[in-house]
Amino acid sequence: MEKFDKLSGIAAPMPLVNIDTDMIIPKQFLKTIKRTGLGVNLFDEMRYTLDGAEIPEFVLNKPQYRDAQILVAGDNFGCGSSREHAPWAIADFGIRCIISTSFADIFYNNCFKNGILPVVLSKEQVDLLMKDAEKGANARIEIDLLAQTITSSDGEVITFEVDAFRKHCLLNGLDDIGLTMEKAASIDTFEANAAQSRPWV
Amino acid sequence: MSGKTLYDKIWDAHLAHEADDGTCLLYIDRHLVHEVTSPQAFVGLRMTGRTVRAPDKTIAVPDHNVPTTLDRANAATMTEDSRIQVEALDKNAKDFGIHYYPVSDVRQGIVHIVGPEQGWTLPGMTVVCGDSHTATHGAFGALAHGIGTSEVEHVLATQTLIQKKSKNMKVEITGKLRPGVTAKDITLSVIGATGTAGGTGYVIEYCGEAIRDLSMEGRMTVCNMAIEGGARAGIIAPDEKTYAYCMGRPHAPKGAQWEAALAWWKTLYSDDDAHWDKVITLKGEDIAPVVTWGTSPEDVLPITATVPAADSFDGGKVGAAQRSLDYMGLTPGTALTDIEIDTVFIGSCTNGRIEDLRAAAAILKGKKKKDGIRAMVVPGSGLVRAQAEEEGLAQIFIDAGFEWRLAGCSMCLAMNPDQLAPGERCAATSNRNFEGRQGRGGRTHLMSPAMAAAAAVTGRLTDVREMM
Ligand code: SF4
Repeated sequence: MEKFDKLSGIAAPMPLVNIDTDMIIPKQFLKTIKRTGLGVNLFDEMRYTLDGAEIPEFVLNKPQYRDAQILVAGDNFGCGSSREHAPWAIADFGIRCIISTSFADIFYNNCFKNGILPVVLSKEQVDLLMKDAEKGANARIEIDLLAQTITSSDGEVITFEVDAFRKHCLLNGLDDIGLTMEKAASIDTFEANAAQSRPWV
Repeated sequence: MSGKTLYDKIWDAHLAHEADDGTCLLYIDRHLVHEVTSPQAFVGLRMTGRTVRAPDKTIAVPDHNVPTTLDRANAATMTEDSRIQVEALDKNAKDFGIHYYPVSDVRQGIVHIVGPEQGWTLPGMTVVCGDSHTATHGAFGALAHGIGTSEVEHVLATQTLIQKKSKNMKVEITGKLRPGVTAKDITLSVIGATGTAGGTGYVIEYCGEAIRDLSMEGRMTVCNMAIEGGARAGIIAPDEKTYAYCMGRPHAPKGAQWEAALAWWKTLYSDDDAHWDKVITLKGEDIAPVVTWGTSPEDVLPITATVPAADSFDGGKVGAAQRSLDYMGLTPGTALTDIEIDTVFIGSCTNGRIEDLRAAAAILKGKKKKDGIRAMVVPGSGLVRAQAEEEGLAQIFIDAGFEWRLAGCSMCLAMNPDQLAPGERCAATSNRNFEGRQGRGGRTHLMSPAMAAAAAVTGRLTDVREMM
């Protein structure tokens, strides 16, 4: 997994609430057996007309946001299905950090497995960064995972919370499965005990 | 110390490791797998030379993108990428030695219908699947939730999941339901009350007289949509109905093992002095047959209501409500029962079981769908389909002008050719009314099977109580 430590980039504003996984990556793109290549279809139905032409008003189609690496979004981002194609598409587009007041649970988990940092902030803080993002390409937002800070283009510093284990994995680009396999002895013991106490499983 | 909730008890019984920072490894009893969210996980295993740790606890079935038309045995009905996905599952199931129900097997169906039907899902288990509606299995008093593909790979390789404990929420539905009100109306009404993010960070336990009175199938409908309220899982304590449902199923325990299992299952309830982080109570009598009007499952109203105005919502929701109204092509003030529909979809893991088909058929018996309406019934599994044929339900649907399909997810997520055209309006028994969910530009109204059947007859959203 790609490491995440610091990021300084353009933030795209998406003030919509309840942006769901069907909007992020519609189902016709779930037929792939690969993890890559989904970036061109990120937000497909908002981004392209039925015949595939770009919709100029959509934020990521605007010249100043085409290289956005950060999304500032409305409440409850990523609700809906468990499809990891959503964070795959986001990462493939080049977005590494999403800022919102809240995220749907499964989507939030999925981000960390794909080198994306989801940041939960208060309504006021998100509003402030949303305004910042609306300034376009001149307003770069800086994110420092180690220090757990976000610095707005005006130099305002906001601190954020992140789970220590997830932070560690993201900073070091660690693979969960490898880490869990180091605890194989505990799993073996659990399994042996469960075979006695709940043999029908 | 206060007592434990049902969730606490199942959690404790499956804790394989706890690190100092509170990160836990939860042991997984049942891992359900389907073709859409698993290929990349198996690729990961192959690349790293890892194996499936517990193939006997891993069950796979293709459902999301398989065609449901009667000619599906002919591979030409599938697009190439769909076929590749299903073939990948065929191969992965074989190579890794996991239980498998291929498309040609009568037991094939939607993964959340097949699991309980075959007795894979049992009380007190941990159940995961790369699909958010895994919450369905909570109806058995199992801790069941959806996971992403990286987690699918993690469970395949280690039979555990890295987890932090959720908070406990109690949703109590007191008293009796009124006639015409179903499990679907309960679960939609709860989401209407809590919002789609109201359950975020929680595991919900549904309880109260109205929940106890539901059949197992009704309970599955309720838990199925826990995720639509944002909850990680929904759960209902097992009781005599649960045991009766499980008994004799192909993979349920037998003999002395059944007795041992039963003894443990009977300890699976929330203690009276358990701590709840949040409690919500609805009166069963207050719940009406409902439909959704917008593009979020929280956009719920009784069928007797009118389309709301965007400015009747609080601050942040005004814009979203206006966007919903525009997308749905609705004018505030219109009676919901005046909204004309083009299509009816009866099926999905929310409402594709035999009782759902019975409820719809009871309304349709001796009637016909309105001319010009496209209507389809997609049973949740091959076995549900066979039973419906045996009970004469299939004939009722066919006589009413419905298409009688083979099992699969179908128009619930429209990955296969079963899709809405732009602007087409659908009365659906599925679980998501998101923009584009049933096809780009398609407009979905969620409701119970009986309500969907009633809509097929009149050609508009209809209060089923007028047809009972
Ligand atoms: S029926 Fe719909 S919600 Fe259920 S598993 Fe299939 S696609 Fe998902």
